[in-house]
Amino acid sequence: MRLLTHNMLACNIKGVTKGFPLGIEHTRLETKESELNADFLRHIFPKLDWKAFHEAAQSVGVNNIPDQVEPVMLDDDEFLRKFHHALLEVHLEEGALICPETGRRFPVTKGVPNMLLNEDEV
Amino acid sequence: MSIRPERQAPPEIFYNDTEARKYTTSSRIVNIQAKLSERALELLALPDDGVSRLLLDIGCGSGLSGETLSENGHHWIGMDISEAMLDVALERETEGDLLLSDIGQGMPFRPGTLDGAISISAVQWLCNADKSCNNPRLRLKAFFGTLYKCLARGARAVLQIYPESPQQLEMISSAAMKSGFSGGLVVDYPHSTRAKKYFLVLSCGPPSTATALPRAKEGNEMSEDEESGSECDEDGGTTVNVSERQRPSKKQRKDSKKSGKGRSWILKKKEQRRHRGYTNVPDDSKYTGRKRKAHF
Repeated sequence: MRLLTHNMLACNIKGVTKGFPLGIEHTRLETKESELNADFLRHIFPKLDWKAFHEAAQSVGVNNIPDQVEPVMLDDDEFLRKFHHALLEVHLEEGALICPETGRRFPVTKGVPNMLLNEDEV
Repeated sequence: MSIRPERQAPPEIFYNDTEARKYTTSSRIVNIQAKLSERALELLALPDDGVSRLLLDIGCGSGLSGETLSENGHHWIGMDISEAMLDVALERETEGDLLLSDIGQGMPFRPGTLDGAISISAVQWLCNADKSCNNPRLRLKAFFGTLYKCLARGARAVLQIYPESPQQLEMISSAAMKSGFSGGLVVDYPHSTRAKKYFLVLSCGPPSTATALPRAKEGNEMSEDEESGSECDEDGGTTVNVSERQRPSKKQRKDSKKSGKGRSWILKKKEQRRHRGYTNVPDDSKYTGRKRKAHF
């Protein structure tokens, strides 16, 4: 799972009002290189919750993401490369996602988070 | 005719290792899935500016439909309830991210984040109550409600379905409309039994010219492309409506009225409908079931 997906995910347990951002616990990370697509990055930028993205990047050990960003920075190649790396190249393979409100753990195995809820959580 | 997969077992059990394996080995299934997902992407009508989008693949299974999305340069997130199918997807090294999730429990996404959603042969599974706690109406409501929320304004969702009956189709589409979607059904090859395909094309937000329904494909070009077990009944068009003949005579009708459906019957029925998840049931009051005054 990439940080792109993490940034979109929210916990949907019944009664949780803002199950976002999910905390990250990791035991295995992987980096898979992919082609940089500046148009996509510019397109997705306004949709990201930057604060959550910044925190998530730090929790997976990517520390070169600034905590404050301006849209003008998207013209900078150096920034785009860092942004691309953190958003699309770092994969969470084994670990867990944690709901910020209830503390519920969603285990991640082989890169696939298990978001199935129990009967009483629906 | 083989039995529909929906009738055999819940999806997480039906799509076991052997069934999932078929999705990598059977070139026929691969072919159908690719065609369906190409058509779904076409119906999604994304702006033609070459920018890749973030799409959702509902019931992605082994990632066959996602492959079409990747080929068109889009990023996607796939959801499925069957672990075996997701394992196959991992083996195939699909490019999208995968989630193990039950669509009847709602979409676990932030509001307004996704640029579109496609689903190939998945949503009809929601019409089954596989566990005692499952209520198809509530599950459909949760599915469409949260799907509406997580899509960006003006985004579309294209859901290809194999409805078992016209009633099931009606149940699915009315659940979508109740959640605020506009749009409707596109039936490709309506005159062919085997090639007939139902696409529910939904857009977020009120109806406008931008949300006009695309045209369905006519003719009979697609041959030998029915997913195994999901054959749709062909009815309509040939049957003659005989309901008038069964109408009871006037005398009989008068009698049945006398025995009557009184206030208690109405209250019972209303309670039943509320229990089933209908939201449009009027409140009970002292006027419920009361006879109107005879004016003049």
